[in-house]
Amino acid sequence: MATHELPAGVGVGVAGVGAGAEQSGNERPGGQTALRAWLANRRARIGVGIVLALAAFCYLGPLFYHTNQVTVELNSATLPPGAGHPLGTDGYGYDVLGRLMVGGQSSLELGFAVAIATTVIGTLYGAIAGWAGGIVDVVMMRVIDTLLAVPGLVLLLILVNIFAPNLLMIIALLTALSWLGTARLVRGEVISLRSREYVQAAKAVGGDSWWIIRTHLVPNAFGVIIVSATFTIADAILTLSALSFLGLGLPPPAADWGTMLTDGLNYLFDGYWWMVYPPAIILIITVIAFNLVGEAIRDSLDVRLR
Amino acid sequence: MTYFLRRAAQALVVVIGVMILTFILIHLVPGSAARAVLGVKATAGRIAIFNASYGLNRPLYVQFGEYVDQVLHGNLGVSYMTQQPVLTEIIQRLPGDVLLLGVSTVLALLIAIPMGIYQAVRRNRLSDHLLDGVSFTLYSMPDFFFAIMLIALFSVQLRILPPEAPPAQSLTGMLADPRALVLPILTLTLVSVAGFSRYMRAAAIDVLAQDYLRTARAKGASERLVLFRHVLRNSILPIVTLVGLSFPGIISGAVIAEEVFNFQGMGLLFFQAATEHDFPVLLGCTLIIGVATVVGNLAADFAYGILDPRIRHGDA
Repeated sequence: MATHELPAGVGVGVAGVGAGAEQSGNERPGGQTALRAWLANRRARIGVGIVLALAAFCYLGPLFYHTNQVTVELNSATLPPGAGHPLGTDGYGYDVLGRLMVGGQSSLELGFAVAIATTVIGTLYGAIAGWAGGIVDVVMMRVIDTLLAVPGLVLLLILVNIFAPNLLMIIALLTALSWLGTARLVRGEVISLRSREYVQAAKAVGGDSWWIIRTHLVPNAFGVIIVSATFTIADAILTLSALSFLGLGLPPPAADWGTMLTDGLNYLFDGYWWMVYPPAIILIITVIAFNLVGEAIRDSLDVRLR
Repeated sequence: MTYFLRRAAQALVVVIGVMILTFILIHLVPGSAARAVLGVKATAGRIAIFNASYGLNRPLYVQFGEYVDQVLHGNLGVSYMTQQPVLTEIIQRLPGDVLLLGVSTVLALLIAIPMGIYQAVRRNRLSDHLLDGVSFTLYSMPDFFFAIMLIALFSVQLRILPPEAPPAQSLTGMLADPRALVLPILTLTLVSVAGFSRYMRAAAIDVLAQDYLRTARAKGASERLVLFRHVLRNSILPIVTLVGLSFPGIISGAVIAEEVFNFQGMGLLFFQAATEHDFPVLLGCTLIIGVATVVGNLAADFAYGILDPRIRHGDA
């Protein structure tokens, strides 16, 4: 998981070139500047620090803290925090601390999977629409407008009813709903980049469209792409929790923070706070961390804010 | 003028797109409607009769043509579960939603606009960081968790507000019990404030860096005049578009809030229809919500075009 973070930082360096070029025409403050600005950003450091800590907690934690997350043990259900169970047990007898680790894996993996799929599809779609222009662009954008007109949760509720939810299906459905924003952003970037001199030059030397999209447009639009991918992770984790709350999330025995929180809320008014607050707090902190990283990258790309 | 015509034509295309989309979605699994209503033990004969009586056995393009024709005549079909016309069911619930969404959005703007400008002016001071922390946390919190925390605080701990929305569907019935409306409205308001104020802060920071502000200050305009005449007026423009664009998000929030508070609105109707496979209701709600979103965005674009000449004369 840690390896996911490094390329993001490097990517920003690359992206800084494009954003810098956009801001100041021919003067390019090198990628180094954007990278340095990003690293100097306290929010970025806090966000990345939290994400790394969470990843270590979810993936390395179970290696040191062994718990049974497979079989239900009703004899030890709803135990308050104490010896053997630092955060108590839930209504099925699962150790809450251990379940947070396992559940976090689903939540993080879902977030990253949706972000990667969204980025690939949205980038391609947006780049093609923006580069092609004309009637192709108009048709492709009306398709997006149509999908955006129906609220995501509404579409999800219908789709989850039609297709039985499992992790892969939910990743596919969330991707189907979240690539729209990325596609719009990338299209906007590509349209603004299309008229740049270096792109015109690439065209003049006989480069075909696909080559120009790959080597000039997408790398230079990388800033907005990375920012949107980061926010997508946060949104996907939140949407999964909303689905869990509506009873349409991952089916048991799979665990995720949203399901834990929803199950816990049933016991809230019985005083079993340890089933509610730990998943709620870790879920909120995770979403905050990804939003912090995304905002920091966005700020570091905006020269006016430096 | 061409700008307005072009935007209206685009909106019409999108509305037709929404109709095609909802129609395709609902028909992705033919036959399950009959199973859902008649139960898994239904015989093939009864399923055939059900399909025939609802016209589900005809080719899809015939059904779509008929569907468009019916929609244009104001007929959205009949609910499988209640046997009521879908339009009647939606219209019954619409006033409640207009109340819930309207009041919470207006309240959210009234809080978020001054809050965003205040934060922009006091940028990077303690008060900015505190408000930023609050809005960031709200923004990153699951809506349902936030709603239930409000219930835990106001209904269970303090016992000053009821945890459920009014049971009535009519506007008068809801307004008869205003205390029961507080928590649903508060939930949606604060969730929207989080998004709006962050946007407003960014917009105001943008405006604060503009040259005309330096000019205004240089010619001796008071700080109050600068804030009201220049910062507020210029940074409030994007908010018009933002409200239009936020509409789908607000609806999603409403589905959750209505489910938590048992608010008798379209969101709850939709959620119940989704769990019962009541396709005509799902189709009708999705269509109404989609059309409302398109009209909302169009209205926002028109307002923006009227307020800002650069938009209607530009190449946007």
